[in-house]
Amino acid sequence: MMTHLVYYLHVMSELRNEVKNGMIDSLPIAAGYLGVSFTFGILAVSYGIDAGTATLISLLNLTSAGQFAGITAIAGGAGFVELFLTQLIINLRYSLMSLSLSQKLSKDFNTPKRLVASFVITDEIFAVASSKTEPVRFPYMLGLGLPPIIGWSLGTFLGAVAGSNLPSSVNSALSVALYGMFVAIVLPPAREHKPVALVAVIALVISCLLYYVPLFDAIGSGFSVIITTLIAAGLGAVLFPIPED
Amino acid sequence: MNIYAAIILMTVTTYLIRMLPFTLFQKEIKNKTVKSFLFYVPYACLTAMTIPSILYATQSMISAAAGLVVALILGWNKKSLPVVAVSACATVFIVERILL
Repeated sequence: MMTHLVYYLHVMSELRNEVKNGMIDSLPIAAGYLGVSFTFGILAVSYGIDAGTATLISLLNLTSAGQFAGITAIAGGAGFVELFLTQLIINLRYSLMSLSLSQKLSKDFNTPKRLVASFVITDEIFAVASSKTEPVRFPYMLGLGLPPIIGWSLGTFLGAVAGSNLPSSVNSALSVALYGMFVAIVLPPAREHKPVALVAVIALVISCLLYYVPLFDAIGSGFSVIITTLIAAGLGAVLFPIPED
Repeated sequence: MNIYAAIILMTVTTYLIRMLPFTLFQKEIKNKTVKSFLFYVPYACLTAMTIPSILYATQSMISAAAGLVVALILGWNKKSLPVVAVSACATVFIVERILL
């Protein structure tokens, strides 16, 4: 009986630790989201959506580009099909991410846990989770998801209520937080493994081509990320297959 | 279109996009090429999202470029995520103070 209790307490404290580690790792994400969703709140109100509804959108969707495009489509009087296609194309990159992440999960990450955890797969959470060397466990994913959800929803609410009272200099500075994080995730492995660096350089070139060449103007940013990822990671897989473990 | 119907449509679509691959692929993928592809996805994807978008995220392309350079130097030297993120923000703030 005693040993059971001791074991139980031990497991509980381990779980708590994992949740805590996840929360610590995602604090910078939450801070970045606060700034970005603030601008979403401002935009939503300018479209005539009230603060409560705007916050609800953020709480349920937890996606930046998709939400911005979504409310723009709604405000523009889009129908269901157009709204659906907008979300599908802009957010399709998440399926590549969740497929990639599905291969990194711990053995006990069963279907119910996956149904819950998949809700918090965003660009940034995916980035942090996939930078882990050990398998990702469910409590860690929960911890990773919580602060960003709070930051994203709270920021939306504050933006919708406060309007554009935040100094633009602060908003401007906050807007590079997430990009800074991306750079910090890509560079260390790129420095160690030449193929990773080459894949990143290929992605950089394709991404710039899609952005700057007038021929590709019709391709939206969500689609451009998907095309770039498919080509760069595809070339990487063919040219530099990873050695078997 | 009713705003709440629109929200539900957005929510369900976005959730399914995330949930289906995450839940359907529970077994380890054995194919070497597919494994390699998935290994490279994060790096390709994050690079594509950062460049060139970061240059247009701030009030001036110069401040954004300065923030990017600082992030690149610190990232190369393996500084932690928060350190790189905060330093990039601080750089943008300071450069805009000087410029604007």
